[in-house]
Amino acid sequence: MSTIWQEFSKGLWKEVPPFRFVLGLCPTLAVTGKVSSALGLGCGVIFVLMVSNTLISIFKQYIPGKIRVPVFIVIIASAVTIVELMMEAYFYTLYEVLGIWIPLIVVNCLILGRAEAFARKNPVRLAVADGAGMGLGFTISLVVLATFREVIGSGTWFGLSVLPPSYIGFDLVQNPPGAFICLGLLLALINLISAKTESKRQEC
Amino acid sequence: MGDYLLMMISAIFANNILLIRFLGLCPYVGVSSNVNSSVGMSGAALFVNVLASTFTWLVYNYLLVPFQLEYLRTVAFILVIASLVQLVEIVLQKTAPALYRALGIYLPLITTNCMIFGTAVLNINQDNAFFDAVIYAFATAIGFSLALLILAGLRERFAIGKVPNMMNGFPIALISAGLMGLCFQGFIGLGQ
Repeated sequence: MSTIWQEFSKGLWKEVPPFRFVLGLCPTLAVTGKVSSALGLGCGVIFVLMVSNTLISIFKQYIPGKIRVPVFIVIIASAVTIVELMMEAYFYTLYEVLGIWIPLIVVNCLILGRAEAFARKNPVRLAVADGAGMGLGFTISLVVLATFREVIGSGTWFGLSVLPPSYIGFDLVQNPPGAFICLGLLLALINLISAKTESKRQEC
Repeated sequence: MGDYLLMMISAIFANNILLIRFLGLCPYVGVSSNVNSSVGMSGAALFVNVLASTFTWLVYNYLLVPFQLEYLRTVAFILVIASLVQLVEIVLQKTAPALYRALGIYLPLITTNCMIFGTAVLNINQDNAFFDAVIYAFATAIGFSLALLILAGLRERFAIGKVPNMMNGFPIALISAGLMGLCFQGFIGLGQ
């Protein structure tokens, strides 16, 4: 039980995907203009990551080593197609907002990275836990960045206004260049926190 | 002719694939720490992007559409791109070893470059005609190379400058990319 929990929880802070490894950056920047779209894409990624991790872990003995990457990609692409069709059928507005970013989950390096680094070497239950944890960590990071950008950029959170109406949105933060700057500042903050806790531990 | 020029300017500057559309960021922060590897990556990206867009356009319009298999787009495109990269690698190795050595490891890395896949999907979403699709792919790759080379130059300067500890590495690279993006956005209004 404890190992499942370990594999799950490492995705949440210690190895949280977009911040620690700088994997899967493209969607991190593109969909974080609004919290709702960040959450939507995050859920898609959780689903794809869990499906691909599970399938790859089940079939790991049968996948020849030399052509494993194409096989992984086909598995991932199938999961992404499921997400795409489901979103088009049941969440059409979200589908419209995310647009090209749903098919692009295929080339998110995070998913292939987990398949290669974890799922093909570990039993199914650990692979599922790893997929869920990494996916959740990814989603939380997206939502954190989106919160930052939406609140400062337009004074709303999840479409609800949280700042007084006299607040004039800071447009730059919502623009594409602002996304880079926000992520840069956030990474710097995480570095700072990590360095602080590290030095504290050494003092003890 | 004027239309093509406008489309190219738009794809290179105002809608720069990296800085405005956020495609292909992984190699962007990965290889941009020195100029030489950026040149290799740019070359490989330009080459594969044009080829991949050409082939995916043909596959989509002459294979998927007639058989009403549009929902297989994602799977089909990623397979076309992956096999194309393999093919290019083998052909280059035999016919142009010098170029092959110059592109080096950047060629296989390109398979998971979202720019290639993104350009292919964008071409379909924008209903580009065949020739438009090829020009568009060429222009986006030029935009990618431009942004990559400028950032690589900047990052080589950072390496010898004094950067606060917590900003070192990715944070400073991302922030400077953001400032570059602002300049590129200034071209909005020139193209469409």
